Amino acid sequence: MEKRKIKLSDIVKSFDLKVECSKNSLDREIEGGYAGDLLSDVMAHSKKGDIWITLQGHPNIVAVAILKELAGIIIINGREPEQETIKKAEAEGLPIMTSDLPMFELVGKLYESGVSGLR
Amino acid sequence: MRSKTVFQQEFKIKGGDFVNAGESSCKIRNILKEIGIDADIVRRLAIIAYEAEMNVVLYARHGAMYLFVYPDKILLKIKDMGQGIENIDLAMRPGYSTATEEIREMGFGAGMGLPNIKKNADVFKITSKVGKGTALEIIINLNGKNG
Ligand SMILES: Nc1ncnc2c1ncn2[C@@H]1O[C@H](COP(=O)(O)OP(=O)(O)OP(=O)(O)O)[C@@H](O)[C@H]1O
Ligand SMILES: [Mg+2]
Repeated sequence: MEKRKIKLSDIVKSFDLKVECSKNSLDREIEGGYAGDLLSDVMAHSKKGDIWITLQGHPNIVAVAILKELAGIIIINGREPEQETIKKAEAEGLPIMTSDLPMFELVGKLYESGVSGLR
Repeated sequence: MRSKTVFQQEFKIKGGDFVNAGESSCKIRNILKEIGIDADIVRRLAIIAYEAEMNVVLYARHGAMYLFVYPDKILLKIKDMGQGIENIDLAMRPGYSTATEEIREMGFGAGMGLPNIKKNADVFKITSKVGKGTALEIIINLNGKNG
């Protein structure tokens, strides 16, 4: 399957995401996407290099993203990550971004721009 | 089976500590990567360790994970002092959860942790005593896939 390489910095610009931490890691390529708020579902079904869309903002999302080697996290609905979440993600070089959009809108835009949930 | 231990380490887990929850699993993942364990096996163990660690955080007062690396397999034991499980068959059922509303709001309580552990393990054993605690024993075979 032919695929255009999309970087985190591309989607930050296209969808006006606010970067909460790890600004130096935005050069990462996005290999796919996964959306979900149930952590054990994300543990089971997300893939390495995915951008993860969720409304969870507590520190445990950092462990999930690190363990699954995800490209980064976007928190939706204008929610803010907790301070502790940002601290942990920054220490790991894991980018966390926020968007005012609801899940459906953001996932739709990402899909349209070439990010897919399937490999 | 008797085989030489390549590596072993204990990781303490505190019940109810949501800020540090997951850190032991991340450490285990880093250790396995550093030893040169096959990436696919590291991914499976990361899922197993995380789900087991979170269950201790959610349902026990305290516990520990013990990682043993052998030339031919990885053994992970998780023991906790906690409420224990009354009906293990029920607990193993996908979707079954006793998580509180507050904990579900954080995204836990899908009832997928134990089924996912079992799915990713080559050998899976669980024992539990109500009011005392729970113990898991997981083996993943390396089949020569260790680096
Ligand atoms: N270490 C444990 N001590 C006591 N009870 C446990 C333990 N682990 C699991 N349980 C019980 O088994 C149930 C199912 O566990 P499982 O990990 O499959 O799902 P969950 O933790 O409820 O949700 P999820 O793992 O999807 O976030 C739990 O809700 C809990 O009642
Ligand atoms: Mg669980």
